[in-house]
Amino acid sequence: MTPTYYLLLSALLFSIGAVGVLVRRNAIVVFMCIELMLNAVNLSLVTFARINGSLDGQVMAFFVMVVAAAEVVVGLAIIMSIFRTRRSSSVDDANLLKY
Amino acid sequence: MISSVLAQVPVAPISAPAVDYAAVMPLLVVLGGACVSVLLEAFLPRHQRWPAQVALSVLVIAVAGVSLGIYAGDAPAAGVTTLSDALAIDVPTLFLWGTLLLLGLGSLLLIADRSVEPGGAFIASAEERAAVGATVGSAGTSEPGDEPEHVDRSYGAPGDAPTMQTEVFPFALFALGGMMGFVAANDLLTMFVALEVLSLPLYLMCGLARRRRLLSQEAAVKYFLLGAFASAFFLYGLALLYGYAGSVRLTDIANAAAGSLKSDALLFGGLALLIVGLMFKGSVGPFHTWTPDVYQGAPTPVTAFMAACTKVAAFGAILRVLHVAFGSTHWEWRGIMWAVAIASMFIGAILGLTQTDVKRMVAYSSIAHAGFLLLGAMAITREGVSGTLFYLLAYGFTTLAVFGVISLVRDSDGEATHLSQWAGLAKRSPILAGVMTFLLLALAGIPLTSGFTAKFAVFSAALQDGMAPLVVIALVASAVTAFFYLRVVVLMYFSETPADGPTVTVPGAFTTVAITLGVILTLLLGIVPTLALNWAGAGVLAG
Repeated sequence: MTPTYYLLLSALLFSIGAVGVLVRRNAIVVFMCIELMLNAVNLSLVTFARINGSLDGQVMAFFVMVVAAAEVVVGLAIIMSIFRTRRSSSVDDANLLKY
Repeated sequence: MISSVLAQVPVAPISAPAVDYAAVMPLLVVLGGACVSVLLEAFLPRHQRWPAQVALSVLVIAVAGVSLGIYAGDAPAAGVTTLSDALAIDVPTLFLWGTLLLLGLGSLLLIADRSVEPGGAFIASAEERAAVGATVGSAGTSEPGDEPEHVDRSYGAPGDAPTMQTEVFPFALFALGGMMGFVAANDLLTMFVALEVLSLPLYLMCGLARRRRLLSQEAAVKYFLLGAFASAFFLYGLALLYGYAGSVRLTDIANAAAGSLKSDALLFGGLALLIVGLMFKGSVGPFHTWTPDVYQGAPTPVTAFMAACTKVAAFGAILRVLHVAFGSTHWEWRGIMWAVAIASMFIGAILGLTQTDVKRMVAYSSIAHAGFLLLGAMAITREGVSGTLFYLLAYGFTTLAVFGVISLVRDSDGEATHLSQWAGLAKRSPILAGVMTFLLLALAGIPLTSGFTAKFAVFSAALQDGMAPLVVIALVASAVTAFFYLRVVVLMYFSETPADGPTVTVPGAFTTVAITLGVILTLLLGIVPTLALNWAGAGVLAG
């Protein structure tokens, strides 16, 4: 297996995540798609570390994981708070601010 | 796989990098102060928190400012990089740090004010509102303004003066620390971590409004989802550039771009994704969609903080990425950036014309300003850097004061931000209308205000770097934006006052100081800009 396949897989996962963010309607699912994008980046970083023969990419993947965990905390807190007032986590229902 | 990679790397003893403590002291003070602020929040009884947090925040910013001043007095003109090149502390960094600290002080004063909105504009928990929320959910059509006055049981009896939710202070300090790290970051990983440190508190701060909670929470959700989406793009750009250059340090990327056998697709694909993430934060052009909603929905002091400080931080980072890492390849990417700048200026100018809400109007104006700023950031010259820095300083203070003024115009259910409510305001409060007129003229770029000097600095830098057509387009766009600023002025002075119009609150000391700071600097930077321009032009970006 050449490392290039992993890069293609990572690009594919990133695209699936990006499309998911754009088409899904549930805030939690949108958020999961964003996490998928971040993890696709992790795969790229590790693959590039392998190609470049340095460890930096693997260390960066750890940084990304920690940041993603922090983002989950904040994101779920915000989604929870809007769910409590609206009883809905659909991003289509939150439509008071427009134009 | 890991063992084989490990085998390729010669095992050298890892030594701790040297830290230039004098240079990074302002950043350490702000982040350390944020941690102390969290502890205060945890251990002080509720009624002591507000005075303690305000005193701590002001003290932290003052100490950081003093240490910045001491270091800037005899800083090397070429700048230094420290923490094994993770941070570059050069003249642009010091200038932006000074700007951020001053703007942060102004925003914190607006946030701390409890006289305009009794008890402050912030409240955290939605638990007590569950019953109200359920009725809103089932009716589905309720307007946010219809909600009954919020009674927060855990914060005292309804009759008492409500206390304020003080978690907003540690958030603001962490966000400020993240912004300072963001503009100093000399490698992309540091920049990414700083980006998240500045963004995550801001997402939460957007959702803390005491009034119009649904709008506020909606703004927080939108900002969070779109912000996380944009930072994923930034991160993928980082990964591609790491693949291209084998390092994420900006100078290494520049060196690799100067002579590498690898495909340019990685380099420019990486740049495109990276810059999308950065321009999202700076609310540039086609990546602006969150800006009007979040500016409108967030509590006004937080909007002031976001509008002024985030813009400074984002453009500081854009400047560093474009100049240090991509300065040598600017012929390759500049065409695309022209298109982005034009889109940003015209989206801001044209959609701004149609707005009926003051906060949304200022949001579109900030999108247009982001386009003007991009002109300076694209000029890969010393004048480009100094012009952009000066523009950020001038724009930040004007916007801060504008939002301070907006927070004063109120009616029975909070801020009166609809433009029709501003009609005839000059008859009711000539001083407020005068201040607002001055600030709007500064945003439009009329001479004798900082806006004119800033636009002149940026446009002349762009002209010198061969972007004459773009400067002409920018002048047209800035004429269009002047129209919607003047529309507000005309509305305030030459319209009949509606019978049930809003009142102008007499601001407390904090808001007065913040607005005065903004107005005085807007005036001074317009009349005697030399000092700030000289400092901005005193050095180059270190790399």
